[in-house]
Amino acid sequence: MSAVGSNTRVWALHLGVIALLLAANFVLPEYHRGVFSRVLVLATFAMGYNLLFGYTGLLSLGHAMFFAAGLYGAGLPVYHLGWSVPLSFGTGILAGGTLALVIGVLALRTTGVAFMIVTMMFAQVFYLTTLYFTTWTRGEEGLVLSQAMRTIDPAGLDISLSNPSTRYLIALTLFSAVLLLMLRLVRSPFGRTLVAIRENEERMRMLGYDVFRAKLTAVVLSGLFCASAGAAYGLLFGYVGSGFASIQYSILPLLWVLLGGAATTLGPLVGTLFMFYIIDYTSGFTTAYLLLVGVALILLILFFPKGLLGTVRERWLKWLP
Amino acid sequence: MAAVTPLIETRALSRHFGGLKAVEAVDFTLQPGEIRAIIGPNGAGKTTFVSLICGRIAPSSGSIALDGNDITRLPAHKRVLAGIAYTFQITSIFPKLTVYDNVALSVQRRLLKAGRVVAGELDAGVAQALARVGLADRAQTLAGNLAYGHQRLLEVAMGLALEPRLLILDEPTQGLSDGEIEGFIALVREIAKEATVLLIEHNMPVVMQLAQKITVMNFGRVLAEGSAEEIRANAAVQEAYLGTGRDG
Ligand SMILES: Nc1ncnc2c1ncn2[C@@H]1O[C@H](COP(=O)(O)OP(=O)(O)O)[C@@H](O)[C@H]1O
Ligand SMILES: [Mg+2]
Repeated sequence: MSAVGSNTRVWALHLGVIALLLAANFVLPEYHRGVFSRVLVLATFAMGYNLLFGYTGLLSLGHAMFFAAGLYGAGLPVYHLGWSVPLSFGTGILAGGTLALVIGVLALRTTGVAFMIVTMMFAQVFYLTTLYFTTWTRGEEGLVLSQAMRTIDPAGLDISLSNPSTRYLIALTLFSAVLLLMLRLVRSPFGRTLVAIRENEERMRMLGYDVFRAKLTAVVLSGLFCASAGAAYGLLFGYVGSGFASIQYSILPLLWVLLGGAATTLGPLVGTLFMFYIIDYTSGFTTAYLLLVGVALILLILFFPKGLLGTVRERWLKWLP
Repeated sequence: MAAVTPLIETRALSRHFGGLKAVEAVDFTLQPGEIRAIIGPNGAGKTTFVSLICGRIAPSSGSIALDGNDITRLPAHKRVLAGIAYTFQITSIFPKLTVYDNVALSVQRRLLKAGRVVAGELDAGVAQALARVGLADRAQTLAGNLAYGHQRLLEVAMGLALEPRLLILDEPTQGLSDGEIEGFIALVREIAKEATVLLIEHNMPVVMQLAQKITVMNFGRVLAEGSAEEIRANAAVQEAYLGTGRDG
């Protein structure tokens, strides 16, 4: 399905993007480096969403729960039990993966609009649960993870996650790992299986593919990626609150992916970055910035229905994965 | 003949849609190596019947065996792995993917079953299947842009690429030109050297040239079964067809 030539080109592009982002750590002004750190983590969330929505064709309206499962899965043990950063990062991912498996088994009995509604309902239950256990989560107010809680000291070496450069490099490491995993995944037989399921599920079944199993695997992988972003977000920025489990954080990854280009590997990064800066820019000179954001989104969808990179792929770079 | 375990055997197989008996109490056996045609007027239940065999539709009652093993409850995708391939009457391809990618999904499935997908084997498998149906020069075309007849052939290539033991073809010649039909007949003969073929077909010359045995369905039941001559001479068959005014 892909020639050797395009293979080199694709890897060169992705490694080039990572190299540029690495260089950015040393040239970006402090404020923008902070923005990029957040964007890299949120773009990881968007990549996880894209695996399910873009490649598999399953529109979930409940992905905030996977992000928040990572956030709380990592944040609660750090805050209440004094667990170390690496260990709680692991529990965050594990929490997201487990939740995705359970939700997947239940929600994949439905398709289309029903799937959207069911995922949204589960996410709402998750959100309400974080409010219900206010004693532990402090609800909307949230938990602030102190600097001391967010220090890794392998062999006496103090690495503080509140250091801007450290934070950026860790965010970039996570982003790069998930990006390269996504790239391998979507170009593998399994990735082609997911795309084909999106295109014609019935045919795939009659070609001998276990469609349910493939979709469930996609949900779990998506949940793992989103939870890794949530866990990293809590640990890097030191805040764990219910707001991240609310419906807003289920809609945002959808918008980021649509904007950047569904079913493109780099679209989530482009979309997240773009949206962050539209909001940043417009909120600078008007309080009605959300209106402007809305208008910008509508214009984009009108002129670039496949998102920015989706359009680039359609018109110019056919080889873009 | 009696000593050989049939490839497919159905017993009292039925499928009802509400009050409609689309397939009703069908006992059917298919021997390995056969080319069997199923004919019958529109709405006779042919598509529903083969869909029960390949697992696309669940039966209301009755049983289906493959090599003497009951597969009535086996999910469709596992039946495909067991060697039953179905090509759709209503063309079902991946229109936004290239012809190559369409067939690659079949080859990939077969290679995954055997172990792992090696790029060279994938290429070879796709090239071979496309060459057999005569679409080799269309590999990079988007499947949705193919002419209707070529989409039918692509559908057959996807079935072939699975290297099935039983290939079910549901009205494969619909939309093909006379020249393409000639080629298709030769192809089915070729396929039949390695696989059993179950063919639903309206074009009687194609049926007469290919089928060793014909099953006639009407109102969900088997009306008659036998060689081409026996079917031609069968009074009940003639009556069923006179009523519908169709030639096949
Ligand atoms: N999914 C379905 N729901 C309801 N009725 C159906 C369905 N599929 C087929 N039928 C009906 O069952 C009968 C047999 O259809 P079919 O098997 O497609 O016949 P054939 O292939 O011989 O033309 C027809 O009357 C058809 O309308
Ligand atoms: Mg039919």
